[in-house]
Amino acid sequence: MNKPVDFIEFSLNGKTVAAAPGETLLNVAKRSGVRIPHLCAKNGLEPAGNCRACVVEVKGERTLAPSCCRTPTPGMTVDSASDRAVTAQKMVLELLTSDAGVASAEHTHESELLFWADKWKVPRGRLPGRAPVAKDASHPAFEVNLDACIQCTRCIRACRDIQVNDVLGLAMRGAHAKIVFDQDDAVVASSCVACGECVQACPTGALMPARGAGLAKIDREVESVCPYCGVGCQLTLHVGHDSQGEEKIHVVTGRDGPANHGRLCVKGRFGFDYVHNERRLTTPLVRRAGVAKDPADIERFKRGELALSALFREASWDEALDLAAGGLARIRDTTPPGTPSRLAGFGSAKGSNEEAYLFQKLVRTGMRTHNVDHCTRLCHASSVAALLEGLGSGAVSNPVEDVAQADVILLIGANPASNHPVAASWIKNAVQRGARLILADPRATPMARFAQWHLAFRPDTDVALLTGMLHVIVAEGLVDEAFVAARVNGYEAVKASVAEATPERMAEICGIDADTIREVARAFATSRGSMILWGMGVSQHVHGTDNARCLIALSLLTGQIGRPGTGLHPLRGQNNVQGASDAGLIPMMYPNYQRVVRDDAHAQFEAMWGTPLGREPGLTVVEIIKEAAAGRITGMYVEGENPAMSDPDLDHARAAMARLEHMVVQDIFATETAILADVVLPASAFAEKWGSVTNTDRLIQIGRPALKPPGQARQDLWSIEQVGRRLGLGWNYWRAEDGDGHAAAEAPTARVYEEMRTVMEPLAGVPWSRLVREDAVVTPAEREDQPGHAVVFTENFPTADGRATLVPARFVAGPEQPDSEFPFVISTGRVLEHWHTGAMTRHADVLDALAPVPTISLHPDDAQRLGAVHGGVLRVESHHGAIEGVADVTRAVNPGHLFVPFAYWEAAANKLTGSALDAFGKIPGFKVTAVRAFALPA
Amino acid sequence: MNTTAIPLQKVSDQLPRRKQARRNGRSVASATLDEVREALGAMPLRRDLLIEHLHALNDRHGQLRSDHLAALAQLLKLSQVEVYEVASFYHHFDVVREDAQGGYAAAPKLTVRVCNGLSCELAGAQALLAKLPALLGAEVRVLEAPCVGRCEQAPVAVVHQRAVPKADAAMVQALVEANQRGDNLPDAIDMAAYQAQGGYRLLRDCHTGTRDVESVIKTMEDSGLRGLGGAGFPAGRKWRIVRAEAAPRLMAVNIDEGEPGTFKDRHYLERDPHRFVEGMLVAAWAVGIDRIFVYLRDEYHGCRALLERELAALRANPPVPNLPEIELRRGAGAYICGEESAMIESIEGKRGMPRLRPPYVAQVGLFGRPTLEHNFETLFWVRDIVERGPQWFASHGRHGRHGLRSFSVSGRVREPGVKLAPAGITLRELVDEYCGGLPEGHELYGYLPGGASGGILPASLADIPLDFDTLQPHGCFIGSAAVMVLTKSATHIDRAVDAARNLMRFFEDESCGQCTPCRAGTTKTRALIEHDRWDTALLAELSQVMRDASICGLGQAAPNPVDCVVRYFPHELGAQ
Repeated sequence: MNKPVDFIEFSLNGKTVAAAPGETLLNVAKRSGVRIPHLCAKNGLEPAGNCRACVVEVKGERTLAPSCCRTPTPGMTVDSASDRAVTAQKMVLELLTSDAGVASAEHTHESELLFWADKWKVPRGRLPGRAPVAKDASHPAFEVNLDACIQCTRCIRACRDIQVNDVLGLAMRGAHAKIVFDQDDAVVASSCVACGECVQACPTGALMPARGAGLAKIDREVESVCPYCGVGCQLTLHVGHDSQGEEKIHVVTGRDGPANHGRLCVKGRFGFDYVHNERRLTTPLVRRAGVAKDPADIERFKRGELALSALFREASWDEALDLAAGGLARIRDTTPPGTPSRLAGFGSAKGSNEEAYLFQKLVRTGMRTHNVDHCTRLCHASSVAALLEGLGSGAVSNPVEDVAQADVILLIGANPASNHPVAASWIKNAVQRGARLILADPRATPMARFAQWHLAFRPDTDVALLTGMLHVIVAEGLVDEAFVAARVNGYEAVKASVAEATPERMAEICGIDADTIREVARAFATSRGSMILWGMGVSQHVHGTDNARCLIALSLLTGQIGRPGTGLHPLRGQNNVQGASDAGLIPMMYPNYQRVVRDDAHAQFEAMWGTPLGREPGLTVVEIIKEAAAGRITGMYVEGENPAMSDPDLDHARAAMARLEHMVVQDIFATETAILADVVLPASAFAEKWGSVTNTDRLIQIGRPALKPPGQARQDLWSIEQVGRRLGLGWNYWRAEDGDGHAAAEAPTARVYEEMRTVMEPLAGVPWSRLVREDAVVTPAEREDQPGHAVVFTENFPTADGRATLVPARFVAGPEQPDSEFPFVISTGRVLEHWHTGAMTRHADVLDALAPVPTISLHPDDAQRLGAVHGGVLRVESHHGAIEGVADVTRAVNPGHLFVPFAYWEAAANKLTGSALDAFGKIPGFKVTAVRAFALPA
Repeated sequence: MNTTAIPLQKVSDQLPRRKQARRNGRSVASATLDEVREALGAMPLRRDLLIEHLHALNDRHGQLRSDHLAALAQLLKLSQVEVYEVASFYHHFDVVREDAQGGYAAAPKLTVRVCNGLSCELAGAQALLAKLPALLGAEVRVLEAPCVGRCEQAPVAVVHQRAVPKADAAMVQALVEANQRGDNLPDAIDMAAYQAQGGYRLLRDCHTGTRDVESVIKTMEDSGLRGLGGAGFPAGRKWRIVRAEAAPRLMAVNIDEGEPGTFKDRHYLERDPHRFVEGMLVAAWAVGIDRIFVYLRDEYHGCRALLERELAALRANPPVPNLPEIELRRGAGAYICGEESAMIESIEGKRGMPRLRPPYVAQVGLFGRPTLEHNFETLFWVRDIVERGPQWFASHGRHGRHGLRSFSVSGRVREPGVKLAPAGITLRELVDEYCGGLPEGHELYGYLPGGASGGILPASLADIPLDFDTLQPHGCFIGSAAVMVLTKSATHIDRAVDAARNLMRFFEDESCGQCTPCRAGTTKTRALIEHDRWDTALLAELSQVMRDASICGLGQAAPNPVDCVVRYFPHELGAQ
């Protein structure tokens, strides 16, 4: 027999077996059907060898060896079942059981300790137990029962090696050795980010979901995808019945998906209960006759001063749909021919690809306008504009996980530790492995601790910093001339434009010293692989497109693209930003980025949809609101979006929406936007529907329903179709056999998907059946029998000549400059626990308990000047509006800089922001607003 | 009118909630950062220097406050737990957390430690411990301390850092009242005196080519010198193994002399430090090492001052060019750090938890590099062996054994101390010839041949040769050759059961807590032997798992005293 030479033959319990190089004795034993107890060993974690339950006898060695840590040598004789080995295994289990056995049985039904103790018939009661250990139930998500702890350190390795949050540790020593959070602090007071990786790792129930959720009986396990950020973590929803007999998701665990490999964050793991929230919309609602739309009602309702029933009455689905579609049809049909449409639709990046496709089709064919957009406009529109212009594609070039192969990682304007926590963990793993991280961010986000260089530049001076780096690269001959010659247009123009941008000059603008600019430019240009990841900190500026152009130039000039471990990655914020844009939920493009103004695209879609289509691009999000304010947009259909929180200059935006003649809102909660609606359609949450979503890596994944929507809430896809039919569209996606639109159905979803796929080249090789079979396929995937392309632009760019084109950018100061009256700059953003406008997370009990109040971060020196104390009330005023929030005094922001999350209605951050737009991406400058601040008396 | 109730906003009240603005753990005030920066002075902000940083803070403030630890973490770009888990591991760090108001209890004005090692207990340490608190008042903290390495001076107290030999309450009180808290600088042979006696000639010969590496290593091999820290690995062979590994290679010197009863390293270091330094530099030359870490136990304050002074003198006036970089590191109160891989972890600024082997430290040691690790005394003899030739060392010995051993003798003998004696000497010979015999009226009852972990032998086995490998058949080992003598007389008996309880308390306190057999095994064993009647069958099972399955020598040897009581002193168990 021909054996591969590198296999290692040895004897295990008298039989000859073979181990792969590096394979542990324990793994060989598992493969060979030999059972050895083990507790501290867990797949995916580095072996620790501390529990000693897996010791085996190795012939010729004085002591027993931990099989989880030992690899065999050729000819080694190993016995796991000898008297000596089994005696030791049993006594180890007895020692641990005497301390933790009783508690472990109380806290979990799946104790690995008790499993092995029973299997090995370990005696009980012979050894003295340990003194009682107090429980820590301070945290809303999980509890710490150290009475069941066996110090196996799986939690520590999960926290530190996997997620690299570095919160858990082993303190003290000997019998006092103890798993601690920070400095033996209560979990809730510690820096724990509640990713739950430790809970998932614990073998004894010492770390368990809070309030007994881990003890609930599970009837079904549904494999799906996380509904939150763009990372696209695969997860399993564990469904059982609650005490009222209602089906409920009890626990969520991570699944080995391509983007997360079992990892989750606090939102994905503990933020699922919004679907069960009692405030879910369960009945169609219609505005009561004579009740005017008043933006002030939003906060009255939120504060609990106004019942929803004071504004709306319940209606049947038929009545609500008739009213919803009727209002839209009336406006459509009364608009004089040849005048701009008065209708607009906002879809959502939180919905599925199928919903996005069908919604844009509805707006374009049923409402007969290209005025369809979604919140990507407020996120990465500028990034996409620059990428399409430069590379011919708005998608990422490399997946996040590619950081594992990078030498230098430039992370700019992104706080993945809060907003893409699992992506952040890959970056932190890369740093542990030796990659050098350049963090360019005015704030010291949690990633700063891992950065070799933290460039805390002045807000709004990205272009100065980046052109300074480009200058160094050109001046010092670090340009990859061969790459540029072969694949890049426009080098000379960029060279000329950065000639004046010397590091010294740029240092004066951005506040980063010239030598550091040189150092990072050299490191980036000369490394084996440099990868750029960015977020809203780059894109949400009035010069966001210029920021992205500079990043593209950085990557192209140095040839750091087109290979693993290089490239450009704008981190997508929502679970389906990529997919919603791909599906055409944008005003200037049909599905697959076919420009509305192009004759061929126009002809293709007119033919396909069998209806005349407009030739002018539609309006973008902020433009639509401006037109509404001016009375030129009078009817809207808002599906899953919350512009009354997410749009800039919020007082103005809310007033504009209140002015609408007719607004239909389709959502799962009575959002701020819904308060201003005429008709509210109760919708389905992600865990209640079928649908595909495309993550930040261009990975298309399948979401499956775990539950039925509450009350009379219906599937979004069904509702969109129903409105469409009432607008005269002869659609037949959802058929009688698919049910009444309440419960999820796969067939109509697949029908919409397959129609969409006919115009989506990247999905050519991904029929619905493959998606359901494989759960995840990276796109573009041309052929059904082959995997897709994780890394693109390896040979050429998807442009007419196959080359990328550089576009120069020069630093120009933005409109929001601090002055003596408004001396601070405020940036809006997110906190770990809350996602977006908080529509979901503020309704998730655990998440809202963790971050219940709106905070405004400021530097201790500023706090002192203003007389503000941590936890006190701070009032912030801009040219546009004012909010009051709770002061968070922290060194994470520099003096003169404030930070506010936009998830809180109590302090809606966008009341402060202005609506000036980037010229190309039409994105507002959320990151920079000039404000003044006052401490209010307690 | 349709009046379906649509619920109002409601705060979910059964959940624990953060009351206010989220804190990402403790925040750090500017003033606190400044305090920490001030304490660290010019120390580089390197992670491997964490324990040195903690010493600087602990020395300055008399304690480690949690706000200081948080600030230190920030300066080092570490998380809080990475600092806290190290700080809380070492006994000499007084970690204190803020009270509800955010304040801190004042640090004790002064700490007096009383050694509770076996020899000190035999000499009345418990009585001293009982007396002192009332005598010294509430402002002085009195603590029990594990063996401080001065067993020949038992009982020993330490006033802050000032060792008090043959202590009684009055002496301690006088020192406290006089605020005499610094250790005495030993009166040692200094650099000039050492060189005047021909010191560093050998090192120069090595560097000038008068001696070649091969012949020096051969001499070491031929001498039969084995590692004198306890494990007894042949020194010359170790040099050859590490020399064959890829550069850069490092050296780690173990002066964490913590095995109860052992004080030989201190004895030689206090007298002739450069003989050790020269041996170390010859080894570095022979193995090809340019960076050396010397790990000195914290209790040896006088030695540390001496070594700092003499290393400075050496650097100021180097006997050879390109002296290796020598870093002196300070332990922080952890017996386990005498274990070679635990010491390496500690030098890296971590908790002193032994590593699993393989890989061995010779291949993957300090900072992942091949490392030559030696006990102090092993290096101390290098110069003599190379200068006098291998047979000088090998020619000593008795009862068929070869070489010299430095016995640290304490307990019930007339003249305790370090006795350089032939390997293979018996206990009876050692006591009679080197220690002036037993005290008047005493009769030999038993002895510990190798410190706390080497087991306990009865008087009937006082005539077996003491050396590596000779005691294994008797369930004992010589280790660092720390001999503690037990006697009986008309008025007393040094019971082995009491000794075993003392030693098992020590092991329980000093277990690092990493592996189950040692962490839980020492605790359960200690609890079980506190009973009057011992469950010897269960104890034997515990002993077996500790020996077979512990990661390091601490756990593997911890059951020795208990097993020896059962084997050699069963009458004590029956008699209770």
